[in-house]
Amino acid sequence: MTEKLVVIGAGMASGRALEHILETDPAKYDITLFGSEPRGNYNRIMLSPVLSGEKTFAEIVTHDTAWYEANGITTRFGEAVTQIDRDRKVVVSAGGETPYDKLLIATGSAPFIIPVQGKDLPGVIAFRDLEDVETMRAAAKPGAKAVVIGGGLLGLEAAAGLRMLGMEVTVLHLMGHLMERQLDEAAGYLLRKALTDRGIKVMCRASTAAILGEERVEGVMLEDNTGIEADLVVMAVGIRPETRLANDAGLEVGRGIVVDDHMVTSDPDILAVGECVEHNKQLFGLVAPLYDQAKVVANTLHGAGGAFMPKQTSTKLKVTGVDLFSAGDFAEGEGREDIVFRDPARGVYKRLVIENDRLIGAVMYGDTADGSWFFGLIRDGETISEMRDTLIFGPSYQGGAALDPMAAVAALPDEAEICGCNGVCKGKIVQAITEGGLTTLDEVKAVTKASSSCGTCTGLVEQVLAVTLGDDFVLPTVKPVCACTDLTHEDVRRLIKAQDLKSMPAVMQELGWKTTCGCHVCRPALNFYLLADWPDDYKDDYQSRFINERAHANIQKDGTFSVVPRMWGGVTTPAELRAIADAVEKYDVPLLKVTGGQRLDLLGVKKEDLPAMWADLNAAGLVSGHAYTKGLRTVKTCVGSDFCRFGTQDSTGLGIKLEKRLWGSWTPHKVKLAVSGCPRNCAEATCKDLGIVCVDSGYQIGVGGAAGMDLKATELLTTVASEEEAIEISVAFVQLYRENAKYLDRPYKWIAKVGLDWVKARVVDDLAERAALVARFDHSQTIYQKDPWAERAQGGSRHEFTPLADFSFKEAAE
Amino acid sequence: MNAVVSDTWLDIGSVEDIPVRGARVVKTPHGCLAVFRVAEGEIYALDDRCPHKGGPLSNGIVHGRSVTCPLHNWVISLETGAAQGADEGRTRAHAVRVEDGRILLDAAAVGA
Repeated sequence: MTEKLVVIGAGMASGRALEHILETDPAKYDITLFGSEPRGNYNRIMLSPVLSGEKTFAEIVTHDTAWYEANGITTRFGEAVTQIDRDRKVVVSAGGETPYDKLLIATGSAPFIIPVQGKDLPGVIAFRDLEDVETMRAAAKPGAKAVVIGGGLLGLEAAAGLRMLGMEVTVLHLMGHLMERQLDEAAGYLLRKALTDRGIKVMCRASTAAILGEERVEGVMLEDNTGIEADLVVMAVGIRPETRLANDAGLEVGRGIVVDDHMVTSDPDILAVGECVEHNKQLFGLVAPLYDQAKVVANTLHGAGGAFMPKQTSTKLKVTGVDLFSAGDFAEGEGREDIVFRDPARGVYKRLVIENDRLIGAVMYGDTADGSWFFGLIRDGETISEMRDTLIFGPSYQGGAALDPMAAVAALPDEAEICGCNGVCKGKIVQAITEGGLTTLDEVKAVTKASSSCGTCTGLVEQVLAVTLGDDFVLPTVKPVCACTDLTHEDVRRLIKAQDLKSMPAVMQELGWKTTCGCHVCRPALNFYLLADWPDDYKDDYQSRFINERAHANIQKDGTFSVVPRMWGGVTTPAELRAIADAVEKYDVPLLKVTGGQRLDLLGVKKEDLPAMWADLNAAGLVSGHAYTKGLRTVKTCVGSDFCRFGTQDSTGLGIKLEKRLWGSWTPHKVKLAVSGCPRNCAEATCKDLGIVCVDSGYQIGVGGAAGMDLKATELLTTVASEEEAIEISVAFVQLYRENAKYLDRPYKWIAKVGLDWVKARVVDDLAERAALVARFDHSQTIYQKDPWAERAQGGSRHEFTPLADFSFKEAAE
Repeated sequence: MNAVVSDTWLDIGSVEDIPVRGARVVKTPHGCLAVFRVAEGEIYALDDRCPHKGGPLSNGIVHGRSVTCPLHNWVISLETGAAQGADEGRTRAHAVRVEDGRILLDAAAVGA
């Protein structure tokens, strides 16, 4: 006897299920199909090309009217089911009641609309069905503005489609990088770059506060009060299973409609399939598992066996010209290792994740040709230990050459500036080599002037020689930053400037880093280079700083910290001393000591006490002494002309002025200054990074002293007549050091490399350059000169100072 | 969800409470634990003591699935607690899992 099967929802999952049901036995069921859209089943995942105009709707229809008729299916399109009456086994809709023997729920999912003001304004839509696509196409006049909320798969496809229609598109994404579920940071960086290149504006960490407009949408307001104009807002932040009917009918519903391995709900006569179901606490949004479910549903309806087993899924972004692939599990799990390959010239990034000698995840950008091969390895769980060394090169790899350590330089465009001192770009060097038949560094220096001044670009010039001449040039061995790269610090600094690299992922991708996120050696260096070169664009990376620069105190051998308040020029007051004494007593500080730089050091402070202690010290006007940073430490002074009978100038006053100007700046290594009021040099200025010795006629400025591992007297930079000029030259010197030195080189080491004459030429002789250096330093200070103690005393970086959980009194409490 | 989840797992907080590539401390009657969150999102827990000289690993720089001790730059595996490279030693690693964004710590780790 023919049974009645009612299907609610005419989407891709139920469409595939119907095909399987009819294949097995077309006569078993009398089928009625309800669909809320006024049309039959179409390939929803191909809506993106319909939006962009690359396909027509007709091309993506999978079941047309003729198909339903030929298979004897009664269609009720545009008619929503409003109720399921399980006792009487009927579904209720506008057209009355329809009885069923078996019911299949395939209601799919609904777009998640973020609950902000203005979400219901005309012009605010989701990206879900053909109506949405038609709305978008109607709004897409060239020059009109669209905002897409959500930088996931769907949002980016919408953004790319709208852009192809000529709209100005901005993508707002809540997380730190695009498609964070499918991509890691590096691939996210490349994707963002590709979208930006095609004119799509991408804003990450952008949280929508409200959608603005009177009659219809006019713009979007972010939490940080940034306003963005919009004629159209597309919400693509996610989907949630459509479970209302099932819920009202009293079926078991979690996040989705709960089904067993046979796709049967808590009612044995009701099955469910597709995005509306929850199986083993898991939801499904990609098409592959939905098709697997469809097969199981058909088997169950025919009384055959077969259970649904979720398989690995892979993702591809359907944006023309963007090649991106992600599969398997690269975001969770333990005991895993990475293999990373980057080709900056082609914009390629590949990362494989391996666990127990098996491939479990893959992320690829730029070259995804081997994606299905890797996906196969992931799905089959084959051991890959045999081919591990060459795995990342794909199935066609046949013993090719090793990775090219010069890939980053080879990838540079001709206009990239190699020598900053003399303004020589790569193309000019290559031209000189090929046209002039040059074969040595010295010849290139002589002809092009590249690397003939400070010499920090020598390594890059040699690499250009090697890339141009091939085997005819033998590269000298150099010391790379760390195992994550083959480039030296000097190479990296130069390339950051030459290629406008303004983020850590940008540096790691464009310079071919061999690890996913660097290490404790390169990350602090890169963080410094980026913030020193791009104070406006780069956001300081907290987790790339050594603990002292995160906790703003100096870690001691037992894990406690030392606290040194700033005393400008070494001058203090009774009130400050009282505040320090009070803090020592209040927080049980075990040791109070005078430092070599004329400050007081509170040693042995517990980490969790730091913010409170800083609040107390702040209240007395004391700020961080930065005795823990790669930055300005102290300016040591003698008493100078105010009290000393030998003093020639106000050395204390000058020291205070210098310290107030320079404090809070980040430098390649620590920087210590001193000012002595006469040649007796009681402040020991001649062994500092910069030391000023006052004389009757003015100020002798020495640089490059050392009194640590190495002992070295300063060399005279210049002698000037006025205090103002002494300060300007000191500031310019510090900025030149910030912009050029290798991370963790004190000034004396840096000067030994670039030469004192090179420093003099810029800081002393070239007045325009001096002024420019000072201006850049002062601009950086507008961003970085702030008391880190005050920020933390007011609750900043709380996670650093408080435990996540405290079970230490658990036993006592029980 | 702050209470004990089962006899063996303790809810110690949300994944979001730990910065990416960062760590937080969990205090126990037997000393501190360091709970790490790596760039890809996984959570790991170790005794907050470097096998070298007891340095607080929670203060280290997290990279890949390792942490570098702030005192003398030993690199410790977050997965096993073993020192990497030429250094030898091991700190205790504790079972930890994530469920619905909450971090669950093996209760044995806090001596419960």
